[in-house]
Amino acid sequence: MIKRLATFVWTIVLVTPLFALQPPPGQTEFRPMTEVPPSEQLPAAPLVITAYAFFLVAVLFYVWTIWRRLNKVEADIRALERTAKRTAP
Amino acid sequence: MFFRVAFLVLRKDFAIEIKSREILYTTLLFAVSCVLVFAFALVKEGEAPPDAAPAILWIAIMFAGTLALGRTFERERYGETLRALLLAPAPRPALYVGKLLGIVLLLGVAELVLVPLVAFFFLAPFFAKPLLMTLLLAAGTIGFAAVGTLFAAMLMRVRTRDVLLPILLYPITVPVIIGGVRGTAALLASPADEAMATMWLAILAAFDVVFITLSLWTFEVLMTE
Amino acid sequence: MMRKLFPVLLAINAVLFVAALIFINRVPPESSMGLVQKIFYFHVPSWIAMYLGIAICGVGSIWYLATGRPQADRAAVAGGELAVLFGLVGLVTGPLWARKAWGVWWQWDARLTTALLLWLTFVAYLTVRKYGGPGSEKLAAAVGLFGTAVAPFVYFSVNIWRTVHPLTTVMPELPNSAPEMVPPMLASIFSFLVLFVVLLMARLELGRRQADVDELYLAYEDRTA
Repeated sequence: MIKRLATFVWTIVLVTPLFALQPPPGQTEFRPMTEVPPSEQLPAAPLVITAYAFFLVAVLFYVWTIWRRLNKVEADIRALERTAKRTAP
Repeated sequence: MFFRVAFLVLRKDFAIEIKSREILYTTLLFAVSCVLVFAFALVKEGEAPPDAAPAILWIAIMFAGTLALGRTFERERYGETLRALLLAPAPRPALYVGKLLGIVLLLGVAELVLVPLVAFFFLAPFFAKPLLMTLLLAAGTIGFAAVGTLFAAMLMRVRTRDVLLPILLYPITVPVIIGGVRGTAALLASPADEAMATMWLAILAAFDVVFITLSLWTFEVLMTE
Repeated sequence: MMRKLFPVLLAINAVLFVAALIFINRVPPESSMGLVQKIFYFHVPSWIAMYLGIAICGVGSIWYLATGRPQADRAAVAGGELAVLFGLVGLVTGPLWARKAWGVWWQWDARLTTALLLWLTFVAYLTVRKYGGPGSEKLAAAVGLFGTAVAPFVYFSVNIWRTVHPLTTVMPELPNSAPEMVPPMLASIFSFLVLFVVLLMARLELGRRQADVDELYLAYEDRTA
């Protein structure tokens, strides 16, 4: 269930940038952002925050999957040891 | 010994295929329907976008090739013949080469039909420089088949083999499609850009050499339990 | 023991990141790209970490195919998972930066395309391991090996492909580092490397414990059989 939810969230996160606005016609040389009229400038803060937040979420998610798998393995070991003790000759 | 085994494997596959011609015909028909789908998708007001013809040709080759690979090894798996081959006292890499030659021949025949068909539908002068065109097609097909044969063989015992083969194969054969399409497009330009096409041909040839070598090295390891 | 060490190491790592963030914050925004350039400090180390993961997976795969040692396989899968993780971070932070800095979400230039394809190849690596059924470690190792081998071909082909046809939007050279950008970048890279090593150790420990369970299970089966 959690796995499905996580997969769904990841799919949305991955696919959203692909559906972004079409890029404007190319410029022929590099123009620093300060020269571009204010109407064409994007607010940078949400982009920066999204980037850092995504990094944090991704790393924490991975740490959580390792934690979860480690717990499962430890539970398996304990269960096996219990059964071994019970059926010991 | 090595090439005799490879040739014997090729002859076996050829003998089986020539009786029913099942894989050949179905692959051909699939490639043709692929081209038709692209035609209906791309042609606007009676004209295809420029440079569409090489792209469509190579995509059709790759899609048809993927299917052909799957079906060829499905036949092996069904008849359990590969296990028999592996038990034979034959050098394993020779089996790989035999299967590779079979796939290349099959795709070659398919291309014999596809190239004129795409040239016909999309008004592309594929035959302006026949030698370079043939070499490009050969190099690209060999490269695709080299990686494809190895992956299809190793996936034979996997349950999800049908969907895993494209997932594994397409990222690895990206240089083939880039080289093939750009090389063919260079040949279709108004004064045909032979230098460019030769350069792409060299890249494809290098790809072929590297990946056939890698496949020969790893085939034995991958086919054993 | 590793289990108890893991949270401690992560806590140390978090402190390192906070320090790096303080550095990043204190550097004045780079004049031509403004605030959004700060993404750069996390974006570049993400790619470094991905390539490190790919290197570990590639070497581990070759070692596993050559010797069959389980440690090699554990190293390979750990490298593969980390490559996919950090590659995903790079692939998401990159467009977020690029949209603001260059006006487009994506560019088909050599570096980006190679990185994307490599990431897809290692996603395929993990897919084969998960859905390939028993014995899929060897198949995945082949994918890892071939994926690493194809990287120079892809880079080279895409490079030529893109320089023949001029880019429609210009990707400027990464700004020459002003001296004040170096400390936060180094701090960030260092934090990422420490994070990489901590996660790698944790993943290897997980692999070892899973191997222990399998051994215990087999021993138990042998005893009660």
